[in-house]
Amino acid sequence: MSHQVVPVKVYAAIFGALLALTATTVAVSKLELGEYNFIVAMTIAVIKGTLVVMFFMDVRRASSMTKLFIGAGFFWLAILLVFLLSDYLSRGWLLNIHWL
Amino acid sequence: MNATLPFAQTETPINYLNADYGWKSWLFATDHKRIALLYLFSITAFFFVGGAFAVAMRINLLTPEGIFSHDTYNKLFTMHGIIMVFFFLVPSIPATLGNFLVPMMIGARDLAFPRINLLSWYIYIVGGIFTLTAVFQGGVDTGWTFYAPFSSSYSNTHVILAALGIFVSGFSSILTGLNFIVTIHKMRAPGMTWNRLPLFIWGHYATSLIQVLGTPVIAITMVLLGLERVLHAGIFDPTLGGDPILFQHLFWFYSHPAVYIMILPGMAVISEIVACFSRKAIFGYGFVAYSSIAIAVFSFIVWGHHLFVSGQSMYASMVFSFFSFLVAIPSAIKVFNWTATMYKGSISYETPMLYAFGFMGLFTIGGLTGLFLATMAIDVHVTDTYFVIAHFHYVMVGGMVMAYMGGIHFWFPKISGRLYPEGWAKFAALLVFAGFNLTFFPQFILGYQGMPRRYAHYPPEFQVLNVMSTAGASILALGYLIPMIYLAWAWRYGPKSPQNPWNAKGLEWEQSPTPPPTFNFEHQPVVTEPAYNYSGEEQEVKLG
Ligand code: HEM
Ligand SMILES: [Cu+2]
Repeated sequence: MSHQVVPVKVYAAIFGALLALTATTVAVSKLELGEYNFIVAMTIAVIKGTLVVMFFMDVRRASSMTKLFIGAGFFWLAILLVFLLSDYLSRGWLLNIHWL
Repeated sequence: MNATLPFAQTETPINYLNADYGWKSWLFATDHKRIALLYLFSITAFFFVGGAFAVAMRINLLTPEGIFSHDTYNKLFTMHGIIMVFFFLVPSIPATLGNFLVPMMIGARDLAFPRINLLSWYIYIVGGIFTLTAVFQGGVDTGWTFYAPFSSSYSNTHVILAALGIFVSGFSSILTGLNFIVTIHKMRAPGMTWNRLPLFIWGHYATSLIQVLGTPVIAITMVLLGLERVLHAGIFDPTLGGDPILFQHLFWFYSHPAVYIMILPGMAVISEIVACFSRKAIFGYGFVAYSSIAIAVFSFIVWGHHLFVSGQSMYASMVFSFFSFLVAIPSAIKVFNWTATMYKGSISYETPMLYAFGFMGLFTIGGLTGLFLATMAIDVHVTDTYFVIAHFHYVMVGGMVMAYMGGIHFWFPKISGRLYPEGWAKFAALLVFAGFNLTFFPQFILGYQGMPRRYAHYPPEFQVLNVMSTAGASILALGYLIPMIYLAWAWRYGPKSPQNPWNAKGLEWEQSPTPPPTFNFEHQPVVTEPAYNYSGEEQEVKLG
């Protein structure tokens, strides 16, 4: 496998972007956006994570097998979250059943 | 002895055991076979420590009043569970037989990352030392399940140390899984296509997937537990603003799949043994292979069946119950296919096959009672009783430990180059089977009658069944001790084994000397036939 060397400039740019996004997170946390505070923070976090995976871990140019395994990792995280929420979101339902 | 003869040394060909001597050649070994032996000795040690706790518990339960205090008893079952699950069952087959055989069965010289393999053993030992320190400092009393908030806010025992041990040893499990996945993808011999892989490999591949995808979650869970215990971060403890059910979710997200880490390698061993001692190809190879993968995937969406009475949403419980029924299907496929393999086979009753019979019967009972438990209404009655204890011992001890013993006997000639005494081995196998059933069958009845688990004392009407159980446990213990003795004896004094004593198929038997040289094969093996081509072999004999 031949790996092209990534120019330092790219790493520096990504690093700069990560710092900028961190600053944005801090700045947004000072605003009163209600529910949106959380949504904005999570969106930024996902963007940052994607940058790290794609550039620092160089998955952008990895083989499709590697991508499959990385995808599986995220899919498994999704399983955890979806089934967890299936409990949390439906826990109160019992109380709302009036026809019983 | 004639010391001058130059040929005397070449009588025993160089193999992985005599290639080098001295402790350094073992402690710095990168040969997967030597690392397998390092694991073998360490997990055996843990098995006996864990077993000692079990003996103490069974003695306590001889009489309704018991002999230990409640606190001591709590520690006994906790340490028994932690050691048996995390330090024996999870690494048992993969780290020993898997380590030894995965490269050999696919025709490779070693695993893909030999040094990571050694690292995984060291990590395992470090994790073990943490947990054992917790034991010797006075123990832990949370149960192997570490349920919060008891573990995070109330228990006065060494929870952090024990949890740290589990956290650390988890990485050893991840590294083993990673190593197997890469090896199976990248290092198969020419002609070893996916559909020619022995089912042992498929089982280990599925196990590895679970190890890699599931273990990080238990590691994080242990970290969160530590954060709450040390820094009082409100994660699980309701008085700190946390949610205790969240702990159970995270714990079982790993630990249910982990029960398949504990059974899939057992199934992998059984497929090899059944084929060999029925002299037939496995019936429905594809089904058995893909059912392993199906089990690995489905095992991740059933964890909620451990939370039926926890306050989990009833609707989520229904979904988890449904998937729990589904996960039984691929397990059942395997049992049916092994049975079909034996049908019209020429079966012989050597020790490994006896263990395989034991596995099939006991695993089936364990699996079917799992379905009882997955039924929400029944679970409300029997959860946290001895019924659950009996269920999981039927799968873990009746299943996995039987498979482990069967596998150890089956490959003992390969590993040691010696034959074990068959008569003693059969006797011990029967003892294990009888002792096991006498120990655990009464526990189904006890649980059904309402005896709760994890109590030091019990009402007098339960005594008869408890005495039976303790009696069975003594027989079982004997059944495990005898093989220890004759295998150790045979390792030194047993008759030399021919290359393929069982006349088995598979690269490890057919193309590699016994015991194998350091790099397994003298020539690069080439595979030209499907796995378990036992009928082909017979034809050759007829033609010849
Ligand atoms: C046919 C598949 C299986 C099903 C449907 C099943 C179902 C269940 C259910 C519903 C429980 C929870 C009972 C309760 O706490 O009230 C349980 C407990 C348990 N099962 Fe299974 N099971 C299956 C196979 C296995 C296997 C293969 C193993 C291990 C090799 C295993 C190990 C355990 C353990 C260790 C527990 C108890 C955990 C604890 O609370 O300490 N099960 N099982
Ligand atoms: Cu489970």
